[in-house]
Amino acid sequence: MNILSLFVVVPVLMIASLFLCKSMKAIRSVMVTGASILVILAAVLIVWFFQERAVSNAEMLFVDSIMWYAPLNICYAVGVDGISVAMLALSAIIVFTGVFSSWNMNMAKEYFLWYCLLSVGVFGFFISIDLFTMFLFYEVALIPMYLLIGLWGTGRKEYSAMKLTLMLMGGSAFLMIGIIGIYYASGHVSMNLLEIAKLHIPIERQHWLFPATFLGFGVLGALFPFHTWSPDGHASAPTAVSMLHAGVLMKLGGYGCFRVAMYLMPEAAHDLGWIFLILTGISVVYGAFSAVVQTDLKYINAYSSVSHCGLVLFAILMMNQTAMTGAILQMLSHGLMTALFFALIGLIYGRTHTRDIREMGGLMKIMPFASVCYVIAGLASLGLPGLSGFVAEMTIFVGSFQQADTFHRVFTIVACCSIVITAVYILRTIGKVLYGPVQDERHIGLPDATWFEKISVVCLIAAIVFIGMYPFGISEMINNSLIPIIEKLSI
Amino acid sequence: MNFNNFLFMGQEIGLVILFVFLFLYDTFCSEKGKQYFQIIGIVLFAALTVYGFCPHKTGEAFGGMYISSALTVLMKNILNIATLLVFLQSHKWLSSEGTVHKQGEFYTIALVTLLGMYLMISAGNFMLLYIGMETASLPLACLAAFNKRKEKSAESGVKYILISAFSSGIMLFGLSFLYGGLGSFYFANMAGSAMNSPMVILGFVFFFAGLGFKLSVVPFHLWAADVYEGAPTAVTAYLSVVSKGAAAFALIFALYRVFSPIEAVWQFILWGLVAITITLGNLFAIRQKDIKRFFAFSSISQAGYLLLGIMTGTAQGMTATVYYLVVYLFSNLAAFGVIAAVEHQANGDTRISAFNGLYKSNPVLTFVMMVAVFSLGGIPPFAGFFSKFLIFMAAYEQGYHLLVFIALLNTVISLYYYLLIITAMFIHKQESEAVIRFRTDNYNRVSLVVCTIGIFVVGILSCIYEYIGTLSFGM
Repeated sequence: MNILSLFVVVPVLMIASLFLCKSMKAIRSVMVTGASILVILAAVLIVWFFQERAVSNAEMLFVDSIMWYAPLNICYAVGVDGISVAMLALSAIIVFTGVFSSWNMNMAKEYFLWYCLLSVGVFGFFISIDLFTMFLFYEVALIPMYLLIGLWGTGRKEYSAMKLTLMLMGGSAFLMIGIIGIYYASGHVSMNLLEIAKLHIPIERQHWLFPATFLGFGVLGALFPFHTWSPDGHASAPTAVSMLHAGVLMKLGGYGCFRVAMYLMPEAAHDLGWIFLILTGISVVYGAFSAVVQTDLKYINAYSSVSHCGLVLFAILMMNQTAMTGAILQMLSHGLMTALFFALIGLIYGRTHTRDIREMGGLMKIMPFASVCYVIAGLASLGLPGLSGFVAEMTIFVGSFQQADTFHRVFTIVACCSIVITAVYILRTIGKVLYGPVQDERHIGLPDATWFEKISVVCLIAAIVFIGMYPFGISEMINNSLIPIIEKLSI
Repeated sequence: MNFNNFLFMGQEIGLVILFVFLFLYDTFCSEKGKQYFQIIGIVLFAALTVYGFCPHKTGEAFGGMYISSALTVLMKNILNIATLLVFLQSHKWLSSEGTVHKQGEFYTIALVTLLGMYLMISAGNFMLLYIGMETASLPLACLAAFNKRKEKSAESGVKYILISAFSSGIMLFGLSFLYGGLGSFYFANMAGSAMNSPMVILGFVFFFAGLGFKLSVVPFHLWAADVYEGAPTAVTAYLSVVSKGAAAFALIFALYRVFSPIEAVWQFILWGLVAITITLGNLFAIRQKDIKRFFAFSSISQAGYLLLGIMTGTAQGMTATVYYLVVYLFSNLAAFGVIAAVEHQANGDTRISAFNGLYKSNPVLTFVMMVAVFSLGGIPPFAGFFSKFLIFMAAYEQGYHLLVFIALLNTVISLYYYLLIITAMFIHKQESEAVIRFRTDNYNRVSLVVCTIGIFVVGILSCIYEYIGTLSFGM
């Protein structure tokens, strides 16, 4: 079997074995084993990928295709390039750490069942190169969110879960018509991305298929004004679900925009990209400003996600090699960072039972480990050199500045401002929550992170530092894969 | 008379023999022997269903009055499977005190309606189509009023018979126009003659309205909610799947075989009807508090998707439609199986709130319901996703971009109300008099297992779609 299919098979096997589990211990061991296998698989894939890349110049590696619905040319087709490998590694890490962050769930069996289904969708999406299977896995990843938030969430969970599901499904309605449209506009010979890329889609079709697909994926990438599901959804979701959702699922949006909308319809991307550039510019700045006025830790982080994910789409739309490398780095960096944030927020909330920053203070003395990690996450988020955020944002803005016309310049400058605003809300939160006097007497004596929470947090920090210190390893992996799309866009 | 003609009618003859046998058995058997009635009925009907899958002689009989092809055989098999599942689901209800003495009636009447539906599918002549439709409709009213001591059931029977009499009147009126315009009732003769006269078009509109009632297409849907609510749950399931399926199949043949020259006319009509059927069905479903009414409106909007497949007028669309019905059969019957089980346990309570917290007491039933509802809503990896996608592909191919988009937005609306059921079962707290943990009877269990397997497997196995595709040209 193709190594890529294993990424889907392993979570499916995890689901099957969870059905047989009786005790909490068995459930945990299944999850930890499965998640570790996924991480190992990702590591093996990276090594193997570099070896293959050295000898092969193909656009995608490990390509495999099985005919499924022959009359409609639908295949189960898999294949990866450097970008998908990076995304798979990110997903594996976050799934792994998410398991530790949901160590003590009630109704653990059901929770992990949905959790595994969610990961099936995520992994399946990143390995697919067939539009149909890609869309199928995309929707598989959306639905478990409803029950994960609705059952295990906090606050206005039913409302948030419904809002999130319906908005994302609305996006996928656009996506579905986009995909069907792409299939027929390219002469209905193939659903395979690589083959469609070789064909030409008539420009007048592109002009409405591009917005449909970009919008469809953009909803998941928190594109303004369709980002409203994100703050509510993230705030209500349980810790690990927020991690997975902000960390990986929102990347599905960016990756999809890039892989489907831009790659298959480059002319329309040139013609209409400016509309979306304006929207993403708004996302970036508006998200950051909104984060400044929030008082709930999760809302702060959710709005910061809107801003950071906006930056991903922003960079993609700049359409040059540097900016796009930055976009992929930003996806990785934001995925890890935001997962770390949510893990820590979950940790703090589990002890203080409040997420309101006005009711907390002086946590540095009470939970030194968690607080230090929070500071690291914050610094990564505001772009401290040596951590992943700096590498990503630096690359994005250098790339954006290469677009010399006034329109792009103005938007680059506007987006750059978001860095300052990010610093404002991050430092404000850190100052308020971690330093200063203890606000609530009951918080004194709360325990620090337990071992399983430490595993989750340390893994994420290690990954963030790795990207920050050794970005070339990753950009080397990405660069080759960007060439085909850059070539298409530069026509 | 050439008795060879009957060779084509294997399934019909089998059904008639079964019907006569069960009728005699019910009439002459002692009380003691009658306790085996249902199991015998189910086993024999299962045998008939299996027989349907054996190779059949196909061709035209009685001078084109009756047409049998591989596709009609398949359609009848689909209806057979659905009917068998309904029989399984009705076992517990039929064995209960009020109905046990009428179990023979239920089986015989249901088989008669099924015979009528066979004739509708195989008709090569509008007269036979009409007779088939009448045979299917009138006994169905008896079934709807089966719990005759219950006011709602009686009301539902009366409503159904009035509406079906009305609709068959309209249809007959339309048929007379068609006869006047074309000079024949035979599909083969009619298709060749000039179609564009206003009289024929008017005739077509009336004919379509008649079938539209059976399909419960908006604006002919008004009976659906009341009848579905009042009829016994097994009958509601039968109405929503078998009866609707037969009407869709008959419509396919009438449109493709006879009215293909005036494609532009009916595609124009259907365009509007599809849009309002899907939308109104969905919007009304949101407001329902009773689960059977809820599924009535959900099945109205499902009929819209079926019509969307039919209106394409291509082999691809036809394949997608038949495939859609297979998936719809499993999904909807799974839902009704759960409803039947819960209703029986809750003493006839069919409010949606009776499902509150079902997950706590009956996780397996909840799982089946969830799978069914997600499949109806078109969520992967369940079969409903594939069937919807294939319908949309077929419709898009014919250039109905806007309509596909409307249908897609409606899937989002439908997801909202399907999620309300999920919310009720998983998230809401149980009511004080909620159903306790119970064991579903074995017959219903078998049906639910079959449906669940169907929902999981039909989508993944592309060979089913491809098999239907190979038949779709050979009408």
